[in-house]
Amino acid sequence: MIIADVVVTDVKIVAEGTRVLTFVSPDIAKSTLPGQFVNVRVHAGSDPLLRRPFSVSRVEGDHVEILFNVVGAGTDILARKRPGDVMNVLGPLGVPYGIHGDFKNAVLIAGGLGVAPMAILTQHLKSSGKHVDTFLGARSALHLVVDHLENVHVATDDGSKGFHGNVVRLADEYLKEHPARSAKIFACGPTRMLKAVSAFAILAGIEGEISLEGEMACGIGICQGCPVERAGGQKKYALVCTDGPAFHCQDIILRES
Amino acid sequence: MKTGFSIRGVEFQNRVFVASGTFGYGDEVKDLVDLNKLGGIVTKSLSWKPRDGNPPRRIVETASGMLNSIGLANIGVDTFLEKKLPFLRTLKTRIIANIAASSIQEYGNVLSLLEDHEGIHGYEINVSCPNVKEGGLSFGTDCAMTAKITADLRPRTTKPLIIKLTPNVTHIAEFARAVKGEGADAVSVINTVIGMAVDVKSRKPKLSTVTGGLSGPAIKPIALAKVFEVAQMVDIPIFGIGGITRLEDAVEFLMVGATAVQVGTANFVDPATGTTIAEALESYGRRQNMSDIGELVGSLIVDKKASVLQSWM
Repeated sequence: MIIADVVVTDVKIVAEGTRVLTFVSPDIAKSTLPGQFVNVRVHAGSDPLLRRPFSVSRVEGDHVEILFNVVGAGTDILARKRPGDVMNVLGPLGVPYGIHGDFKNAVLIAGGLGVAPMAILTQHLKSSGKHVDTFLGARSALHLVVDHLENVHVATDDGSKGFHGNVVRLADEYLKEHPARSAKIFACGPTRMLKAVSAFAILAGIEGEISLEGEMACGIGICQGCPVERAGGQKKYALVCTDGPAFHCQDIILRES
Repeated sequence: MKTGFSIRGVEFQNRVFVASGTFGYGDEVKDLVDLNKLGGIVTKSLSWKPRDGNPPRRIVETASGMLNSIGLANIGVDTFLEKKLPFLRTLKTRIIANIAASSIQEYGNVLSLLEDHEGIHGYEINVSCPNVKEGGLSFGTDCAMTAKITADLRPRTTKPLIIKLTPNVTHIAEFARAVKGEGADAVSVINTVIGMAVDVKSRKPKLSTVTGGLSGPAIKPIALAKVFEVAQMVDIPIFGIGGITRLEDAVEFLMVGATAVQVGTANFVDPATGTTIAEALESYGRRQNMSDIGELVGSLIVDKKASVLQSWM
């Protein structure tokens, strides 16, 4: 984990409302594992005050990519970054996805911006010799981000591309038709989708990990701002930032707010 | 140039501390910050038993600040002694244990247990956490109760006893006077300001507990006024807290009467804020040709008698 000023090299639009920001950090590029995140200070001022957490989306050489939609003041500032701009980054943070198990087939399921960690996850899974299938859900064809992914199966809410409907159902039906022995599911996306993935994985007896988002101030376990309910054990809550963001499906209880 | 000061014989190497709940137990940030450069570390609140804290959502960002409703989530005093204190003992920075409790007896039990162990140089008593129903609020907004807690704790220790006051009262200086009267060595001013935020789409409060504690630069003007008010009333040291993010903020607090400052919310953005300010304050003192940073304390120039000096005082 480092805290450092980094130079932005590129911000580009990759889908409707979605941008990829690239910055240079040899340390973060070298040490980030799939599912880990960086906490970005978008400017030096006090409003907005807090850092913004983003999954590392992809790493290439010394370059690190994050994916975001403009949803508020922080991401609006990020969208206006130009090559050469400097920003402060803390990372890599959090518990990564577990990619070194005995499984042979990785099933990646992502909804919306949940696609963010899938490219770096694919990089690592492939170099570990795993077969990768990717199921992507998006609002429409225009909202899809498919770069650097493997064997992509698409579901859209409006039917403008691929399966018309829910990405978890698409994955479910595909796995029924193509029973993958020795599979593991990796998911990221809206809470409702992750609940469906968890239910499906547990029912099908497939190991599954989901990556969560949480409102957080620090990203390093100090503010205690990002609790998620544990499914058992002595402590009632885990922290998304330091116990996650990747969790085993059966270890946590998801609640929609 | 002298940068340090002392309270009840305990020497602090400089006047910049980190505030409770914004720095964990120190070890979480040891790779990011030179902990030995701080004047003191105030631990996350410790209660007798571990506390789970409040359900999500616990944090909401607001204009130049944030609301929190953590609910005193902490590991409990036993785990602190076993897992955290050994590391803190290796530092040369002074360690202040912050204590939270839901009864007078619990405050006493936690403090007395900590007294049995080496490595703690003083206590800060959280009487003012507004988050937990059975916790802080009822104590910290009741002057007689706040005094009673102080009176109960005083005989239990000869180390510095600091009472952290809530701003959510009409006249905070009365509370400072009351705890001084019961033997408190210092006061911390201020804890968070009660606030709330609403999600207009769902018409629901954003925090699970409806209201929470506001912190960050948004509350600095409130905090300065409260420190000023307390400094007019009592002559014991004041830890100024509220929205400090840079050198100028710290200097303002010292000028209005704080003996030292605690950096809080800024640690979430950059855990090295406190050490950066400590170094900057020393440079500032040298540039100003001071022989002691303490020369700044209460050095505010006010033309007339201060407006807070009202009949109630």
